[in-house]
This record gives sequence, C-alpha cells and structure tokens, in this order.
Amino acid sequence: MITVHKLVKRFGLKAVLRGLDFSVEAGEFVALLGPNGAGKTTFLRILASLSRPTLGSVNIAGYSLPGQASAVRRRLGVVSHLPLLYGDLTAEENLRFYARMYDIPHADKRISEVLDLVGLLPRRRDLVRTFSRGMQQRLAIGRAVLHDPEVMLFDEPHTGLDQDACLMLDTVLREVAARGRTVVMTSHDLARVADLASRFDVLSRGVIAASIQRAQIEPDNLLAFYRQSLAEA
Amino acid sequence: MQPIPQVENQVSVKPRSGGIGPFIRSVSAIVWKDLAAELRSRELLSAMLVFALLVILIFNFALELDARARATVTAGVLWVTFAFAGTLGLNRSMAMEKDRGCLDGLLLAPVDRSAIYFGKAIGNLIFMLIVEAIVLPVYTVLYSVNLFTPGLLLVIVLGSIGYVAVGTLLSTMAVQTRTRDVLLPILLFPMVIPILIAAVKSSTGFLQGSAMADILPWINLLVVYDVIFIAAAFMVFDYIVEE
Repeated sequence: MITVHKLVKRFGLKAVLRGLDFSVEAGEFVALLGPNGAGKTTFLRILASLSRPTLGSVNIAGYSLPGQASAVRRRLGVVSHLPLLYGDLTAEENLRFYARMYDIPHADKRISEVLDLVGLLPRRRDLVRTFSRGMQQRLAIGRAVLHDPEVMLFDEPHTGLDQDACLMLDTVLREVAARGRTVVMTSHDLARVADLASRFDVLSRGVIAASIQRAQIEPDNLLAFYRQSLAEA
Repeated sequence: MQPIPQVENQVSVKPRSGGIGPFIRSVSAIVWKDLAAELRSRELLSAMLVFALLVILIFNFALELDARARATVTAGVLWVTFAFAGTLGLNRSMAMEKDRGCLDGLLLAPVDRSAIYFGKAIGNLIFMLIVEAIVLPVYTVLYSVNLFTPGLLLVIVLGSIGYVAVGTLLSTMAVQTRTRDVLLPILLFPMVIPILIAAVKSSTGFLQGSAMADILPWINLLVVYDVIFIAAAFMVFDYIVEE
C-alpha cells in the first residue's frame, strides 16, 4: 500500500531524512517511533503530500508522489496534534466544508454518521471554539474519516489529550484498523502503541533503524527494543 | 463503538475528475467558509473598518482642506486608506488558516491548489469591497466630495482586484514565517506601487473631470496588472505552499 525508496529530505544544508526505505502492506498498522528530531513528522508530511521529497520515490495505493498528489490525497486521512478545524464554524459546518472540498455525495447523511461515530451529534450546531481539546480531536478524526480513506496517517494524535480522550481515541484507532485501513502513526507513548500497532518501526537520524512485528515481541519488551535500536543506530 | 460507516457507492476510491466543475465547487466552498466564519467573529471586518474610518478622520482634521485641494488629495487619501486597511485584512485572513493548522487541512484536500488561492482571494476581495462600500459614503460626507461616479467605482474595483491578487499570494508566503505581521507590508507595498500609482492617477482624473483619453492609459495599466498577477498566482501558488 505504501512504498518508500531511498527518501531524502533536506531543509537547506540539513538532511532530515537520509535515504529512508519503508513499506507497509494493506491493512497493516505501523507505529513509527523515534526521539524528537528523528524526522517522524517530516516523513509523515511527505506521505501526506504536504512536503516535497528532495530525492527518492514515494508510492501510495499505486500512485506516486508528488506527481499524482491529488489522487493520493483522495485516499488519505490525516490527523495531527492540531485539529485542522475552524473555531468560528460549528462542528457540522466544518464537516460540510470538508465534504464539499472532497466532493462527497450525500454529504448530509455522511456528516450525521460521522458525528454520531465520534459522539458529537448532540453538539453538531455548537461552535468548535467552545469544544474541549478532546472534543476537537474527536471531530478532527471525524474530518479525517469523512471521505472513507484507505490510508490513515496519525501524527502524535494523543498530544494534549486527557486520559478519557486518549482512551476514546484508542477505541477509534482500533476501529480504523479493524476496518482494514492501512495506518501509520507516530508516537512517543510506547505503552499506548504497544497495544495498538501490528508493527513497530524505529526512526533514527533520518532512516529506519529497526523494525519488528508485534507477534515477535512482548509488549513489555518494546521499550528495551526501542532503546537498543537507538543505541545501535 | 460503532463501526466506521463507509461512503456510499465506493466514491472514496474514485479520484476526483478534473475540469472546471470541481474547481468552482472548491473555490465556492472556501469563499462560503470565510464568509460564514467572519459573520460569526466579525474579527477581520471590524478591524479593517475601524482602521479605515480612523485614517480618513485623521486626514480630515490634519489637512483642513479647501474645496479645490480636496479634489486633488482625495484619491491619495482614499488609496492610502484602502491599502493599509487591506493589509490588515490580508494578514488576518491567512493567519486564521495557519494558526490552527487549517492551511494544511486545505492542502490535504484533493483539489487543484490554485482553487485555494482563488477561494482565499475572492473572500479577501469581498471583505475589501465591503469596507470600501462603507468608507465611501463616510468620506463623501466628511470631505464634501462626490465619490459615487461610475468611473471612480470601476477604478476602485480594478485596483482592489490587483491589490488582493498580489496580497493573497504574498500573505500566503509571509504567514509561513515567524515575522509574518512585519513581512507582509514589506513585501506587498513595493509590489503594488504600480497599481497604487495607476489607481490614484485614474481616480484623480475622474474626480477632476479630466478627458477620458488622459485616464484610459492608467485604467489599461490596472487591467493589465490584474491579469498578469492573477495568471502569475495561478501558476506559482502550488510552489509557494509546498515545503
């Protein structure tokens, strides 16, 4: 579903990604782990077609980036620690705006379904700026699944959420994975992703330093694996 | 937790077809979104309007003009007011997109990115025209100069289109920097000097009743400037928003 070959990204003279190779099968849930500055967000922004690679090839669902970016975007849902929502619009208006941008048919029905899914149907006519951080993140997930994407990218989605909101997000993430979607998620919270992902990749100094399937590791040993991978990188 | 509902008829896996229909739909969605948000907050319009009214009030007391002098300086005062108020609006309009990551939300949509430019530019133009529509009668009362002539109104529309065409492009660049509030006027004013000169000259021509042959070259310059910068923005916007 996702194939990345020899990906390089430079900002000026600074190379953030240095020949990164990465592939994800359809339906896999990959947790991308790594310290601050490892290049996780940069990598996800390239996958999301928000940033252009300096060198290398990126292919998502059979479409290459940046050449076929529009077709790739149609198949992507992105959730970051920012909600990407307009505070002066209601929850419903925000989704209606994105439904028009994605040209979604039967938009009213779909918006109601998604609001119901994220538990915000009773608050559909409230302004987003009156929502708590957790509610905004729930609506952000609703925005990301609105067009029923095949691939979902989560960039540290738990940032700033309280315990209840984190649990709700985990439930949605499990549901997303159970529907057969391909998921790539960056996170610093190893305990949380140990339960969610089917594969763990460690990104260090702009390359994938190590990768392991969930079946090959006990959740309790993930931290040791992570530390060892960074030490050997 | 309920299962995530699927979009009917598998539309999610069907790439959006190209053409003018989706382009216009995306542009109108962005314009609708900007108008709806502004209707709620009144953040942008009120700032532009208060600023514009204060400027013409200050000029009115500072200059203490006689009737003849009024006709000479009116165009200058008007365009200084529109330019500064417009900069306020342009800055705020893009900052709203950037602050909550909404610009990324727009860029993630499977639409031609020039549609984002046109949507934002049309929204900015509407806000600027609203402010101008309120400033003009106030100016007419304060300065006792009739500004409601078809020629002058045409110049104001053409000048505003050019100003917004360049301003929307530059505000998209400036908003991605740490010094966005300072950077926009520094980039914008040198770029709009031709349009401000042409607008002031043609406005003065209409106010003083000059011959059409004297005014026409300035109007032609306005039209050419508008066309060139709209075309340039259409071509380069994709590169400006991409990292």
